[in-house]
Amino acid sequence: MTKVSMTVNGQAVSEMIEPRTLLVEFLREHLQLTGTHVGCDTSQCGACVVHVDGRAIKACTALAVSCEGSTVLTIEGLGQPGDLHPMQAAFHEHHALQCGYCTPGMIMTSVDIVNRKGHKLDEHTIREELEGNICRCTGYHNIVKAVAAGAAAMAKPRA
Amino acid sequence: MANPSSNPSGLGKSVRRLEDARFITGNGRYTDDINRAGQTHAVFVRSPHAHATIKSIDLAAAKKSPGVRAILTGKELAADKIGGLICGWAIFNKDGSPMSAGAHPALAVEKVRYVGDHVAVVIADTINQAKDAAELVMVDYDVHKAAINVADTQKAGQPQVHAEAANNTCYQWHLGDKAATDTAFAAGAHVTKIDLVNNRLIPNAMEPRAAIGEYDKGTQGYTLHTTSQNPHVARLVMSAFLGIAPEHKLRVIAPDVGGGFGSKIFIYAEEVVCTWASKKVGRPVKWTCDRTEAFLCDAHGRDHVTTAEAAMDANGKVIAVRVKTIANLGAYLSTFASSVPTYLYAPLLSGQYDIPAIYCEVDGVYTNTAPVDAYRGAGRPEATFVVERLMEVAARQLKKDPAAFRVQNFITTFPHQTPVIMAYDVGDYPASMTKALEMADYANFEKRREASAKTGKLRGIGFSAYIEACGIAPSKAVGSLGAGVGLWESAEIRVNPVGTVEVLTGSHSHGQGHETTFAQLVSHKLGVPIETVSIVHGDTDKVQMGMGTYGSRSGAVGMSAISVALDKVIKKATTVAAACMEVPVEQVDFEDGSFSARGTNKKMAFGEVALQAYVAHKFDSAVIEPGLKEGAFYDPKNFTFPSGVHIAEVEIDPQTGVTKVERWTAVDDFGTIVNPMIVEGQVHGGIAQGIGQAMLEGASYNEAGQLVTASFMDDCMPRADDLPSFDVGMTTTPCPSNPLGIKGCGEAGAIAAPPALINAITNALGHENIAMPATPQAVWRAAQSSPRRIAAE
Repeated sequence: MTKVSMTVNGQAVSEMIEPRTLLVEFLREHLQLTGTHVGCDTSQCGACVVHVDGRAIKACTALAVSCEGSTVLTIEGLGQPGDLHPMQAAFHEHHALQCGYCTPGMIMTSVDIVNRKGHKLDEHTIREELEGNICRCTGYHNIVKAVAAGAAAMAKPRA
Repeated sequence: MANPSSNPSGLGKSVRRLEDARFITGNGRYTDDINRAGQTHAVFVRSPHAHATIKSIDLAAAKKSPGVRAILTGKELAADKIGGLICGWAIFNKDGSPMSAGAHPALAVEKVRYVGDHVAVVIADTINQAKDAAELVMVDYDVHKAAINVADTQKAGQPQVHAEAANNTCYQWHLGDKAATDTAFAAGAHVTKIDLVNNRLIPNAMEPRAAIGEYDKGTQGYTLHTTSQNPHVARLVMSAFLGIAPEHKLRVIAPDVGGGFGSKIFIYAEEVVCTWASKKVGRPVKWTCDRTEAFLCDAHGRDHVTTAEAAMDANGKVIAVRVKTIANLGAYLSTFASSVPTYLYAPLLSGQYDIPAIYCEVDGVYTNTAPVDAYRGAGRPEATFVVERLMEVAARQLKKDPAAFRVQNFITTFPHQTPVIMAYDVGDYPASMTKALEMADYANFEKRREASAKTGKLRGIGFSAYIEACGIAPSKAVGSLGAGVGLWESAEIRVNPVGTVEVLTGSHSHGQGHETTFAQLVSHKLGVPIETVSIVHGDTDKVQMGMGTYGSRSGAVGMSAISVALDKVIKKATTVAAACMEVPVEQVDFEDGSFSARGTNKKMAFGEVALQAYVAHKFDSAVIEPGLKEGAFYDPKNFTFPSGVHIAEVEIDPQTGVTKVERWTAVDDFGTIVNPMIVEGQVHGGIAQGIGQAMLEGASYNEAGQLVTASFMDDCMPRADDLPSFDVGMTTTPCPSNPLGIKGCGEAGAIAAPPALINAITNALGHENIAMPATPQAVWRAAQSSPRRIAAE
């Protein structure tokens, strides 16, 4: 067992874990942050995307110990009912989710796209940038619309 | 009744989804998010061979591994007299004899029959301990040759999957009038014949399956949390056929479920074993599927090899269709496997067309591959691929416009009895075609084709005029066809004393948005705000009984049950209101959530009446029973028949073989639409799966029976940059056989899309020689012999 410490959603956490513990296991099993999902074993589907030190990563492919001292943001920390992040609100408004399983990773990736590419995103850019996130329900049609709307909304100060 | 136009949450409004709040904030509760006190973890030891005899299993080293609580095999399962997994639909051969089904134990006994077959379960304190110990289970196999290919498995000399099924043939079934069909073919002026492969697919709901079995020593009852589309059916099968526990001692909970597409209908070995094992180890037993296990063991879809013919008279009127299909059932019959290539397939072979004679033969065959069962559309995509490829190729051979050829053959009067069971109740097929042609700007297609040709690209357009049978199904009718269950749906409406409403439904939502659409119906009928309605589903201890969600049945059947129960609530509430207002019940009207006594100024809000129903001070409880709670079991009168026209337009780069879907037009007739936003979302997702089948996806086994497409790196799921945005339109003919006029929308896209896309690709190429999936490599090869490409050069 080894000790790992990091800041998750603004809170300092410190736990004893097996060294082989993945970041997604640490979040789900140790911190009960079950909004981050596991959809594959091969870093393809993106259901596990979280932000580590401001960058989107796939939490199924990072060891928790490799995030020692890092700042981690998960879907739970992005926004909660009554205080939604503009991207969460856009997914709701544009019906960009059905079963909801890919949604947390999809939203975390979308916020990262805006952080890297700015607030004016065309359809082609959004579709290319979503390559690492798989959704089986929506056909992406409404996700693309939501990301464009969420990106524009993120330019305004959050209420 | 409330006026829908005045109610912002009523029928026909794109109400934003109530369930979204938890999913967009990470507060959903899927089975793997649940942890029970003291739980242990299960890992399954799976067969690495497609076909082998188990000579011995050595557990000595594994049992000594840290944290191991139990390792169980088929021997223990048999000793506890746990029955095998069942197939719930009996199919009969042409000669009337029953199908030949092999046994399907939850843990293999003696033989394994596909890669991934369940050999043993290791239960340990942590998941990693279970994985470590599973590595130490030594199984000695006598490996046999495997029967893999659906087209070859019946041939002499092939390995036999089950001793019970000679020549690997489970059944040889047929439907229709052979003599009439053969006579029509003999008289036909032109015959179009095609050979088709409907490629095998892996469902890949984004949430992998999971199960937590739990035994309570105190009550001697079990609880199973599982990823199910129909928890009551799971309980019924596990009780009545496997003998895990009687129904009143088995609670099945399907919490948030992350997509199903059919693959979570079935009762699988893992959920049975976790439930059974929880008593043996005295702890909850949790299993979560990893993605490769999902590829190997979730029931696959499609996998047909078909020869199809259409006969036309001299005017181009289709006079007969003849079809021969070999359908792969995999190594074991999954829960509804037998019905998919038979009664969910052949009755749709009339399509939207007036065809006097149809005859279809289907051989259901075993192979050493994963079980094959219902996957989005289930039989209907396979039928539609046959019909719409036939129609397109026939139109091309007869040098007729494919749209006009279809219109010439459309059914235009209703009801229409097809020669293959179905009685279509209503539809307006020309209306959908007209609208689709307009939306797709078909008139200017040739100009766009010329523009593409100037840049060296091949542009093509393809049609699909589909029909499906949804709202399954009238219980007596399906019973006469071999179904083991009735296919009604249940609903219970509990009005609380404060006027809030709980709806308990036997339908299950795993992405469909029932918490919103069902609440819209309640809001529409009772005139109460949508926020005061909650939808309860997926728990056998709360909802008494139900048949679950599949076959686009939750609107047509599930909501019909709710509608009938709501009518009973209104009737009962009206008697309470009349008593409270001291007027005869005939004098009371109910509108916009308010009861009023005609000819007086007396009025009571719905909430007041609910309170009075429970307070029970103002009426004679010997005459009116206190309380406000009503239920209904709704059995559909007929199937429903959603239909529509999809038009695909593609541009192929013959240098690279890359097919770009340039435009997608969908015009669907789903009858009454409760929430257009949600319906369009269903269409989008269905089209994406159909495009996936047609040009990206395909399960592939090698000769040894190894699944070579067993991860998202090898099996191509549609990504955002593979797909276009979709142009979706509607026409409406309300369904006459249910109270709301709903037909169902969940599978239409997946049914319509594959032939539309292949018709577009073959139109671009100028020849018919391409199979699904039309990958860039396949399209590049096909483009080498494309007369259009050669003409351009």
